[in-house]
Amino acid sequence: MPTLVSHPDEVKVISRRFGQGAADIDKYVELDGYKAVQKAIAEGPEKMSGWIIDTMKASGLRGRGGAGFPTGLKWSFVPKQSEKPKYVLVNGDESEPGTCKDHVIFLEDPHAVIEGTMIAGLAIGAKTGFIYLRGEYRYLLKIMEKAVADAYAKGFLGKNIFGSGLDFDVITQSGAGAYEVGEESALMESLEGKRGVPRIKPPFPAVVGLYGGPTVINNAETIASAPHILLMGGEAYAKIGSERNGGTRLFGISGHVERPGVYELPMGYNLKKAIYEVAGGVKDGKKLKAVVPGGSSCPVLTADEIDVGLDFDQMGKAGTMLGSGGIVVLDETVSIVEFALRTINFYQHESCGWCIPCREGTDWIKKTLTRVHAGGGANKDIDNVQYLAENMLGRTFCPLGDAAAMPTLGFVKKFRKEFEEYIAGKRVDTPLITVQDLVGAH
Amino acid sequence: MPDVNFIVDGKQLTAPAGTLLIDACKSAGIEIPAFCYYPGLSLQAACRMCVVRVEKMPKLQTACTTPVTEGMVVQTETPEIAQARKATLQLLLGNHPLDCPVCDAGGECELQDMTFKYGAADSFYAEPKNHREEQKWSPVVYFDRPRCILCYRCVRMCGEGMDVFALGIQNRGSSSIIAPNVPAQMSPDQLAHVDCEQCGMCIDACPVGALTSGTYRYKTRPWEMNHVATICTHCGDGCKTTLGVRSTSDGSEIVRGDNRDKSGINGDFLCNKGRYAFDFANHGERITQPLVRHADGTLKPVSWEVALEHAGSRLRELRDSRGGSSIGVIGGNRLTNEEAYLLQKFARTVIGTNNIDHHRTADYVTFAQALSGTKGRTASQHDTASFPAVLLVGGDPTNQNPLTAWNLRSDVRLNKARVYVANTETIKLRRQAKAFLQLAPYGYGAFANYLAGDAAAASSAAADANALSAFRDAVKAEEKLLILIGSELRGAELKKLIEFGLTIPGAKFALLSDYVNSRGAADMGLLPDMLPGYVPFGAKHPLASEYAAPAAPGLDMLGIFDAAAEGELSALYVVGANPIARYAVDPAALKDTFVVVQEMFLTETAALADVILPAANLYEKSGSVTNSYGDLQQVAKAADRAGVRSDFEMIVRIADKMGAEVPKLVPFGKGLRADMGQSRGAHSGEADRHAVWLTANNLEPRLSPFDPFAILDEIQRLVPGYSLLRLQLLSGNDQHLEPAAPSGLVQITGQSARRDLVLPAHDSLFTSGTLGRYSAMLNDLQQNEAQRAAASSAHTAAD
Repeated sequence: MPTLVSHPDEVKVISRRFGQGAADIDKYVELDGYKAVQKAIAEGPEKMSGWIIDTMKASGLRGRGGAGFPTGLKWSFVPKQSEKPKYVLVNGDESEPGTCKDHVIFLEDPHAVIEGTMIAGLAIGAKTGFIYLRGEYRYLLKIMEKAVADAYAKGFLGKNIFGSGLDFDVITQSGAGAYEVGEESALMESLEGKRGVPRIKPPFPAVVGLYGGPTVINNAETIASAPHILLMGGEAYAKIGSERNGGTRLFGISGHVERPGVYELPMGYNLKKAIYEVAGGVKDGKKLKAVVPGGSSCPVLTADEIDVGLDFDQMGKAGTMLGSGGIVVLDETVSIVEFALRTINFYQHESCGWCIPCREGTDWIKKTLTRVHAGGGANKDIDNVQYLAENMLGRTFCPLGDAAAMPTLGFVKKFRKEFEEYIAGKRVDTPLITVQDLVGAH
Repeated sequence: MPDVNFIVDGKQLTAPAGTLLIDACKSAGIEIPAFCYYPGLSLQAACRMCVVRVEKMPKLQTACTTPVTEGMVVQTETPEIAQARKATLQLLLGNHPLDCPVCDAGGECELQDMTFKYGAADSFYAEPKNHREEQKWSPVVYFDRPRCILCYRCVRMCGEGMDVFALGIQNRGSSSIIAPNVPAQMSPDQLAHVDCEQCGMCIDACPVGALTSGTYRYKTRPWEMNHVATICTHCGDGCKTTLGVRSTSDGSEIVRGDNRDKSGINGDFLCNKGRYAFDFANHGERITQPLVRHADGTLKPVSWEVALEHAGSRLRELRDSRGGSSIGVIGGNRLTNEEAYLLQKFARTVIGTNNIDHHRTADYVTFAQALSGTKGRTASQHDTASFPAVLLVGGDPTNQNPLTAWNLRSDVRLNKARVYVANTETIKLRRQAKAFLQLAPYGYGAFANYLAGDAAAASSAAADANALSAFRDAVKAEEKLLILIGSELRGAELKKLIEFGLTIPGAKFALLSDYVNSRGAADMGLLPDMLPGYVPFGAKHPLASEYAAPAAPGLDMLGIFDAAAEGELSALYVVGANPIARYAVDPAALKDTFVVVQEMFLTETAALADVILPAANLYEKSGSVTNSYGDLQQVAKAADRAGVRSDFEMIVRIADKMGAEVPKLVPFGKGLRADMGQSRGAHSGEADRHAVWLTANNLEPRLSPFDPFAILDEIQRLVPGYSLLRLQLLSGNDQHLEPAAPSGLVQITGQSARRDLVLPAHDSLFTSGTLGRYSAMLNDLQQNEAQRAAASSAHTAAD
């Protein structure tokens, strides 16, 4: 378990209860727990839903999974009337390499997830919420299960919650270990017990989601932010962040920094400052080489490009993405060739195989980079990798193809010189690919 | 849905809102390539080949998942799109084995076509391809993994189309693989197998050569065959199968059966029998020389001339000495309409007997009579795929009429049709049914009575009274109802059910039967008590006057053999039937009867014959057939076998040997003497070259007496309901006919006797009456099923 870190620049909203034993339900209640949901219920059955959605809209909260879609807007898309049951689904399939923020929430403040789920349920008129944790988070599932059981024991969940006359149930579910089910519709397939492959959209989950019912699916951090927003008010929350990017966000800073960890920073906080001040700078006084700013799927930034604000819009303008908030810092000792290979190895392994460009593209990039890494590369391979990535980008069934193509493109474009040097370089001890290996190849 | 206007490649198009762009473009003649898209199956958007540019959309869009909307502007072929498709092909080819020169699909491969179109010939991969060994999933389904492009058509075809779900996807990413439902580790031979209906639809749907057919693989190339579209001989559905034919030293052999252009009444569908079970033609026991029984009791091969002379002169002698009514004639239900018609005409006018019958697999006589005087009440096969509601009483279409089952499933899946199934067995189609009613054993009659309002019949119809009444109420509430009736219902029961159905104004009916022309055999009058078109004796109909047939009804199937047993049957002429086995007749009954049999094999019936004439099968002749529903279709000659002749030709030649006036039997030309010495290949469906020349020179064409089309004119002219459109027939289309009896003339009588005559074959997916015994592939499949069943029970026991 990582120890909790802290820095004066942090604005503690969602991490307010971290380190205070809030996994215990009594402690959670003591720290204003389950007050937000009661506040919403106090609005009365007529106004409750509208009040929650308006507050969320005013907060400017954008999806913390990485896509940055305004949460209040998403909730408002769910039809009021539905023949099929409506659902709230919490996406805890935190799988993007470099990302470790939801993990801390489940660990330190599981009831915030439950309370957020209830709030979303009240907003859209759902009676059931699912909390889906990635397969590798089995140990966190125990914490979540205990939290849910405690909430039932207190009567917070189940029939007639907080005297509202409304029922709400929460069900926890573990994934089976596939990155792909972090995609919302693949997650629903997985939850329904099927192969974790995304669905065709439209229809979007708000109309046809889990078990065919209208569904709100949000990242765990998004959901856990909801109680805080309701308590502090939408406008107050919005004020913390930058323009069109309300509030704070948990950033996981890892790699070659002095103080790695999860920090809650206001949206729009400067990336360079986050690395050099919040995380204490590059480890051992080495030179910074590159930063992967928002999980491994975001195009890499060179050391010269990091003077940029950490919000969805500014990062977009910088040619990369805010993504899932996992900042990976690479110092001068890192071989970009090896880093690119490791990255594509992950996406090749995690591609669900549904569509051709992703299934075959990740595989051929991996094969090519493996050979380049082993010392059997030629400059043409760099062109080939770039060609493959360019032809995957925007052509795949779901964003996994983009997630693999974007960082690859970043590496070969921004560090082409390093690739060329590596190929031309000192790897004479690694055997070159032989003619026999080529027999049977296309 | 209202129509919307949109622009594709600069063309202004209109289609109903909600139409998928790929379909809308196809209708307008703009083809968008796709591997995973298959009309009627669920959408995948997996192959990314159908990407197009839609204005105001940031990325390329998949045409297979984009519905057309008002004002949409689309580009389908731009350099950007071509590059996207080329890149996708390059990715596919990266792992594709490129064994096109030996691959079955070479020349018929969608990946090949696309590669030619987008020119993805250059490759930049140095690494070895992913390879896996090919697998034999069943005697008819082989899987060559490296060729698979993972379009999932087979998976959907098997699950959604066939309701079998034998195929799935295993692993993920580049290790993804199509896997059958019996994995290697569960299989006694440690090899993966497929436990399914062996329909071969997965092979058909496969755009490449990943799934290949056990009957065809590595035998030939598509361009080395002639492709002849004809009608499958095996069941009453009348599917079009395209036979791939290649020349051999003694004729031409069928190498493949498939649903090549999907232009038939069967649409996308073809079952294992239409696909694989053409191989009876090449069975080693095929008779290819006429055989005559000698004085010592043995059958010896003789020349055609000797055999025909012997049969003809003896039949003439017996007719003249003991009278025509001492002779029986039995026809088959795999004969063409022309042959069936000719046979009854020969029996009635040359022999002078009404002792005519055929192996009846459903009670079409009652069906025609119950519907006499109505119009537009009989259903076409097409209706089974489109009616909003269907009532299926009896029958098991999944096994006996696979196309009907496919259509019903499609109707439920695509049109949300409501299917009501009432059966004494738990047939598989209950899985698609809105309501399934389990009838009591032999409960069809009671059920029909109950529907017709006899509340007292309830207890003998079904055990669950509530289910029964709910079922009836649901059915009665339907306004447009297709009533499909299994062959279990006959006589009064059938009549009662139809009477009930007629109270629903929008109801249509069909009676399911077993073989390709079971319906045609009945329509064409292979019946002792009725002329073609179910015209009764004594009716004022041109048939009666033209024929001058004996006026009294003759003996039916069982009557003929009763007469034989009593020594009253002087001769029996059997054309393409095996009544000895089918009706379990004591062979001794025929000991004093002169028996002439036209057959392909030495069947139980043929073994008793005095003269055996080797017959061509349905794939070796041309003509027309009528399916269970009354849809008429053309049969085209595909294969040829030295030594055999069509039943049509043999009937004409026997008539000639009996001294009949051939031009009267077959009106093949005006006032001309038949040239019996030659056939000019006309019976083979080829153009009579001399006739073509005569027509071209404005002279009267002289058709051959063996040309079935010579008699089609007469069928068209005389048989009620068969006023067919010649052009429709010749262009290979189907047309629905209603050969209902003239109204008010007939009463349904003799029910108890008729009940015994109707003998459904109850074929399974892997059997097809006597003929099926001679199909090596059907035998293989049966054996495969038996082994698999034995293995799985052994497996269970071991557990």
